Amino acid sequence: MPLLTLSDAGLYCAAGGFHIDPWKPVARAVVTHAHADHLRGGSERYLVAKTGETVTRARLPDQAIIDTLPYGEQTRHQGVGISFHPAGHVLGSAQVRLEHQGEVWVASGDYRPGGGNPTCESFEPVRCHTFITESTFGLPIYRWKSAEDLTGDLNTWWRANADAGRASIVYAYSLGKAQRLLAMADPSIGPIFTHGAVERLNDAYRAAGVKLPPTQHAGKIEVKRGEKKPWAGSLIVAPPSAHGSTWVRTFAPFSAAIASGWMRIRGTRRRRAVDRGLVLSDHADWPGLLSAIEATGAEQVWVTHGYIAVLVRYLRERGIDAQGVETRFVGEAEAESGDEAPTEPTEAAP
Amino acid sequence: MKRFADLFASLDETTKTNAKIAALADYFMVADAADAAWAVYFLTGRKPKQVVPTRFLRQWALEAAKVPDWLFDESYHAVGDLAETMALLMPEAPVASERPLHEWVEERLLPLRGADEGGQRRALLQAWAELDARQRFLWNKLITGAFRVGVSQQMVILGIARAADLAPSILAHRLMGEWRPTPEFFRALVAPGAAASDPSRPYPYFLATPLEGGPEQLGDISEWLAEWKWDGIRSQLIRRSGLTFLWSRGEELVTERFPEISAIGDRLPEGTVIDGEILPWNASGVLPFAELQRRIGRKSLTKKVLAEAPVTLLAYDLLEEGGVDLRELPLEQRRSRLAEIVAAFGPESRLKLSPTVEGESYADLAHQREASRQRNVEGLMLKRRSSPYRVGRVRGDWWKWKIDPYAIDAVLVYAQRGNGKRASLYTDYTFAVWDDGKLVPFAKAYSGLTDAEIRQVDAFIRKNTVEKFGPVRTVKPEMVFEIGFEGIARSTRHKSGIAVRFPRILRWRTDKTIDDADKLETLQAMVGPETPEEPNEQQELF
Repeated sequence: MPLLTLSDAGLYCAAGGFHIDPWKPVARAVVTHAHADHLRGGSERYLVAKTGETVTRARLPDQAIIDTLPYGEQTRHQGVGISFHPAGHVLGSAQVRLEHQGEVWVASGDYRPGGGNPTCESFEPVRCHTFITESTFGLPIYRWKSAEDLTGDLNTWWRANADAGRASIVYAYSLGKAQRLLAMADPSIGPIFTHGAVERLNDAYRAAGVKLPPTQHAGKIEVKRGEKKPWAGSLIVAPPSAHGSTWVRTFAPFSAAIASGWMRIRGTRRRRAVDRGLVLSDHADWPGLLSAIEATGAEQVWVTHGYIAVLVRYLRERGIDAQGVETRFVGEAEAESGDEAPTEPTEAAP
Repeated sequence: MKRFADLFASLDETTKTNAKIAALADYFMVADAADAAWAVYFLTGRKPKQVVPTRFLRQWALEAAKVPDWLFDESYHAVGDLAETMALLMPEAPVASERPLHEWVEERLLPLRGADEGGQRRALLQAWAELDARQRFLWNKLITGAFRVGVSQQMVILGIARAADLAPSILAHRLMGEWRPTPEFFRALVAPGAAASDPSRPYPYFLATPLEGGPEQLGDISEWLAEWKWDGIRSQLIRRSGLTFLWSRGEELVTERFPEISAIGDRLPEGTVIDGEILPWNASGVLPFAELQRRIGRKSLTKKVLAEAPVTLLAYDLLEEGGVDLRELPLEQRRSRLAEIVAAFGPESRLKLSPTVEGESYADLAHQREASRQRNVEGLMLKRRSSPYRVGRVRGDWWKWKIDPYAIDAVLVYAQRGNGKRASLYTDYTFAVWDDGKLVPFAKAYSGLTDAEIRQVDAFIRKNTVEKFGPVRTVKPEMVFEIGFEGIARSTRHKSGIAVRFPRILRWRTDKTIDDADKLETLQAMVGPETPEEPNEQQELF
């Protein structure tokens, strides 16, 4: 019996009696990171990496029972060794390493090798027999720019807008991408405002000790009649679901950008009707996937969410025993993610 | 190439017209004349013929990108654009090329023509190695003849006008007709002063705006002149410097293709420019547009063809007389001078004055307009009697009051992915009507849905694909759309026996089931008994 199998609730470790990133409530959930497609409410106990505690709390009901484990430390459950290793995806994101009777499996969740993101721990390859990889950007057309180039792109665009008296709105996932962007932004250009969904997670990041530039929750700014609006020249970070909402119109005049790996393709960029596509992803690009897989030394690779068939075929042609596994993870969704508040103010909800 | 790539990026990343014009102005302000000439050439939609066969391009791109064949295809399916796929797959070049655009075009692109396979391969691999990602994408677009960026000719004109501090109408005029993208051309284009002296140069056309709602909004009917809206080839017939030139609306010189019209031009007084419509016309009057298409498709004009599809120039307007530009005169005055010129040719001539439609009231005109189809016209034109001849589509003075298009309810049966902006979506549809209990495809349509609708239809197609045949998906017949079209003719080339002109989606009939869709008989009834068969060599001029 393999160490992990796919049950109707997700990846299941029968020997250890726990699930990894279950999509249904279970007794014990080991969670790679706090994005909605990996972290679902309703399980009896959660185990997450220590640095992911605050963001996990921000996304679960108050009564949820959350255990934590520092990266690299092993705990044992029914004879199965469990440890977390940085995945480089968002704060506290972890690859889950399982060890049982001499066999090692790693479920990587979502990951991005390469570092250059000061808001989370950099990806570390882990040697294993079986590696479970995502394949969100599993095509050779997906290659990311360096962190320096991306930082340059963001600030050049922001500065040009500021010089023209416009606000700069960037649509980015409120957990992870938003904070990575904020860390890239040069606060000497202008003030930074955020959507409430982003600001809540900024708080969780700061509580975990991550340094972010000063931000203000745009919804809390009161503009008195006759007073000049503070938006001109600012950077505003909002979740993708805010795109096209009435909320963003208050910031006019502005230029808008979407930060996403999908922006690499011109047609996708143009269809979203924004001024700029920042090709910024917290997932592995094609070279990243290949190098990460190689570094594990795995004999067997399971490929989940994304371009499964492509990556499986490519690995097999290189003599690696690869197979596809259909999970319900979505990777970096092209459409707006459902869990993010579309319009301000929605904070009053219980 | 660097500057042009920057321009392309600025144009590509905004949807705002003003921002595009500003980017164009910035570019033409600083660009070298030799580069600017090529930029005008490409931006106004001109393109050199593709000389490298696509299968070679693909093969050499695989080589440069070092990916297996199947992975290239997978990538292409995700991107939906060959030039972009090739650019995205190749390894990043360390630096951008500093060579100017005109060198890339004249020394690298144009010589591809005439080079053998080995030469083309070497030239392309070398070019790809020298260009950075953005430039490589542009280069690929240029060599595949697929360069397109969302700017209209009018935006280009406004951009250059701003850079050169010239009136847009002067630039529009200078850009008409045939020119070669040389530095001399660009310098003449932006030179101060009035329009240039090339005798063949036509004037920019004044285009009418569709009239939405009734004509009552136009006020006093006595200020308006009504004509039929003819369905032919809008043209300018020019007689200058002892030479005759006939231009189509698409700015193509068609003097040779219509010798009977050219012969009229030869007899016009020196310094005359007539704006009119080339129409198929025999002893009994105007014929359907399909008759003209017979002429357009022919490579050689035999006596037989000339006899079978004779043409007439119906004159609308007089733009120049005695070498003097009349465009600022009121329409009524231009028309009366035109009438004198036309009258000199006599009633049997192939040059005729476009008749006015007399009506005491708009209701009277509306009544006459209902007979448009029987007359083989598309409706009415309403022109302000005092109007000057303006440049381009300017609202207010000239209106086209077209009859409603033909419309039919049809079922979506096949779908294919679109190109460019719609690359990953299923946006190219084939529609069918009922014939004896079977669905027979009769038209393809690409446009007419909103983005939101396109996404819904796309999702339906993905979930309801019955069969895949290459890029074409056979879709479960379930969705009904109202399809509009402008003309209809019999055709032996179509399975349905029917060919429609300018088909488009009018709306998505979510209220109808496939049983409510129309029958082939309905279409056949629209054709009528005497309509000729559509010609085999179909080629549209404009």
